[in-house]
Amino acid sequence: MKISRFFKTILMIDFLTGLFMAIKEIFKSKKTINYPFEKGKISPRFRGEHALRRYPNGEERCIACKLCEAVCPAQAITIESTEREDGSRKATRYDIDMLKCIYCGLCEESCPVDAIVQGPNFEFATETREELYYNKEKLLENGDRWENILEANIKADNPYR
Amino acid sequence: MWHYINLLFIETYKILFLLIPLLVAVAMIVWLDRRVWAFVQKRRGPNVVGPFGLFQSLADALKYIFKEIIIPASSNKIIFVLAPIVTMTLALVAWAVIPFSENFVLADINVGILYLFAVSSLGVYGIIMGGWASNSKYPFLGAIRSAAQMVSYEVSIGVIIINVLLCVGSLNLSDIVMAQKNLWFVIPLFPMFVIFFISALAETNRPPFDLPEAEAELVAGYQTEYSGMMYAMFWLGEYANILLMCAMGSILFLGGWLSPIEIYPFSLIPGPIWFIFKIILLFILFALVKAIVPRYRYDQLMKLGWKIFLPMSLIWVVLTASYLFYFNLLPNN
Repeated sequence: MKISRFFKTILMIDFLTGLFMAIKEIFKSKKTINYPFEKGKISPRFRGEHALRRYPNGEERCIACKLCEAVCPAQAITIESTEREDGSRKATRYDIDMLKCIYCGLCEESCPVDAIVQGPNFEFATETREELYYNKEKLLENGDRWENILEANIKADNPYR
Repeated sequence: MWHYINLLFIETYKILFLLIPLLVAVAMIVWLDRRVWAFVQKRRGPNVVGPFGLFQSLADALKYIFKEIIIPASSNKIIFVLAPIVTMTLALVAWAVIPFSENFVLADINVGILYLFAVSSLGVYGIIMGGWASNSKYPFLGAIRSAAQMVSYEVSIGVIIINVLLCVGSLNLSDIVMAQKNLWFVIPLFPMFVIFFISALAETNRPPFDLPEAEAELVAGYQTEYSGMMYAMFWLGEYANILLMCAMGSILFLGGWLSPIEIYPFSLIPGPIWFIFKIILLFILFALVKAIVPRYRYDQLMKLGWKIFLPMSLIWVVLTASYLFYFNLLPNN
């Protein structure tokens, strides 16, 4: 036992085995993705950047019930509302402080009309803090931009709810 | 008068001709190091800047140039600034005696190997100065470790060099290469080559002997307080030193610029290309070792240096000397 160990040490068998394995690993396929050029798959439940959705006829879904504002654990959402001429209640202000937001998804869960959702976009880093104080226009614009994916995601996730 | 000015210009051109490719080579070698390391771990490594990410080091250097240099208030400012300059200068100065082929060498001095050894020993000073002048605990500990480590491994490298010199009978690096015309020293002195390689890892603070900059315990060792261009200079000096060790290894054991077999297709390739090829090969081995071995504990490192490598290389000196003496093979006889 001791002699075999001695020869193992002198001939650096362990080291050479490791070296050989390392050389073999070099030619195997890579396990990482080439990120900015290729992206990993994202689940329909992914909680990324927020968006406010519209009905197909262009009407805003949000009814200013303020459930999301109430449920938000980080208190990142601020909503103000008025009554419109037709008697419906609509939000005049819908702000999300993306710096406070913890991306828990509770706003999306609480929304009775699927207005506020969290989309698949996670690349919205900015150079100033101010750009991350989202207002209603920004959120609606997000909704318009991602609508196809958002709708598909809600549909895909529906059977599990 | 004009003669001297002319001479000065010619020498300056020669130095620039050596220095600029060397700095480019250092940048490329950093890229190669990261790339090999990544490939062993099945990652991609730097591949965005330029073709295959070749210009990554240039981008990094540019970033370092524009970063702020922070000099700690409690540091010894003169020595703090001097330390990276010393490290880099010493790493670059040693290249003056490295022969790329028979007549392609900046300074063909007769004690080339001694010069090389002396300059690489002086490299400790840059690290000690940096660690001490930072006036902070982690750099200081890192510098002390580094000094102890480099001094102990230098001893065995010195003895290994004696082995080679016994077979050559000259301290001139070109003579050392020419003595390997028939047989590279890596074959008769193979155990010494292995010990030289491992000692070179320790000498240049590479993993598994990167205790001076062990990030888990010492933040970044003697580089902790450095930033911006000064940090980049340490980093440049470190990689220039690694390249130097690879060059030394290929001159002492792998026949420098000689081609492995003197037959038709191989003998056409010019010497410098072979030399660079050997350096790159050794460097890839350096990079692979970084990827596969865990870091040594400090007492293990000292034990390996003083209790195993030093006796082994000393015994090998006796063996080589008696062999050469008995069979009357001593050079200059």
